[in-house]
Amino acid sequence: MKIAISISGNTINDPFDPRFGRTSTFCIIDTESEEWETYENPAFSASGGAGVQASQIIAEKGAEAIISGAFGPKAFDTLSAAKIEMYTASGNEGFAAQDVLEMFKNGQLPKTESASHGGHHGGGR
Amino acid sequence: MEIVVASGKGGTGKTTVATSLAMVASEQNTIRFLDCDVEAPNARLFLDPELDTVKEVGILIPNVDDDTCTYCGKCAEVCQFHAIAVIGKKTLVFPELCHGCGSCTLVCPENAITEELDVMGVLESGNAIKNIDFAQGVMNIGEPMAVPIIRELKRWAPAKASAIEIRDSPPGASCPVVETIRGADFALLVTEPTPFGLHDLKQVVEITKEFEMPTGVVINRDGIGNNAVEAYCEEVGIPIMMRIPMERRIAEAIASGKPLLKAAPEYQKDFENMLGNIITEVGA
Repeated sequence: MKIAISISGNTINDPFDPRFGRTSTFCIIDTESEEWETYENPAFSASGGAGVQASQIIAEKGAEAIISGAFGPKAFDTLSAAKIEMYTASGNEGFAAQDVLEMFKNGQLPKTESASHGGHHGGGR
Repeated sequence: MEIVVASGKGGTGKTTVATSLAMVASEQNTIRFLDCDVEAPNARLFLDPELDTVKEVGILIPNVDDDTCTYCGKCAEVCQFHAIAVIGKKTLVFPELCHGCGSCTLVCPENAITEELDVMGVLESGNAIKNIDFAQGVMNIGEPMAVPIIRELKRWAPAKASAIEIRDSPPGASCPVVETIRGADFALLVTEPTPFGLHDLKQVVEITKEFEMPTGVVINRDGIGNNAVEAYCEEVGIPIMMRIPMERRIAEAIASGKPLLKAAPEYQKDFENMLGNIITEVGA
């Protein structure tokens, strides 16, 4: 299974970043082969729609699950359409991506079944 | 000729000045008055128009026909705002991110996208006193974007042509203000002589400078605060067109919905002079 983790840095030993759309980097790990790669997140500095753009990027890279801090409504819809499972690891900001991956493997991370919060764009519609 | 009245800081007297200027100008000209503060329009309180025409306004958002769409992703690629995403065999549209530019419809090779109006508010219009044709935008509660409504408002054409258009701007210095200022011939910036007034005035001056637009300042509540606004205007070469002193009777009149010129008719002459100076400046 290919799993993406939002991180700040460019290796699996760099810290987990709880921001999804605005994270600087995604680390994508193949849980069978333990190989990993990092990808810059172009949505990092987007003026809007960062969650949508970030979701498209990790879908293109073939991720089947994502671990981040929270998922807004538009990220949730996009990730759901891509059939990417969402897990949250908020509160683990001090830990490296590798540690967060271990938490995931041990079943310690809750799965997200709905958007974690309202949108950043008025959202009242 | 188009005159825009802006301020930066809220509550400095934009509407007071814009409506007074419209009243004075309407004695000799046909006026088109646009209340562009679509989040909280209030100029009608002073100009008392009969708003007999209401039109829904908004932007055209994409509607994707799933049967025709081949999920090529060109629409998602062209969208600067990530308002459309193509994931596998699904095309998702996020109306609240869409700016209505129409690029997705243009690039779609299958013509699978049609556009439909996403209503963001209304444009209300009608005749006000004498020669004033009045229109205001009213944004729906919860809408994040005011610019499309302001754009529609600027396109509004009353039955008879107007010699002078006066636009009452929203406060601040963000997109709605930029859109209100864009294209005008003269920017009249109403401020108060306080650090807040000056700070926000500077931001709006940066906008009018960018547009290379002739700009003048009105100091309202003159007598309070300090003289830093005057010093700044002198430094950057912006004329102070008029001063309205801090007077309790003016504040009371405005608070009870009375126009400035009803409460203090002696300012009629100052407004006439200011209008004359603006016309000369624009004509020059």
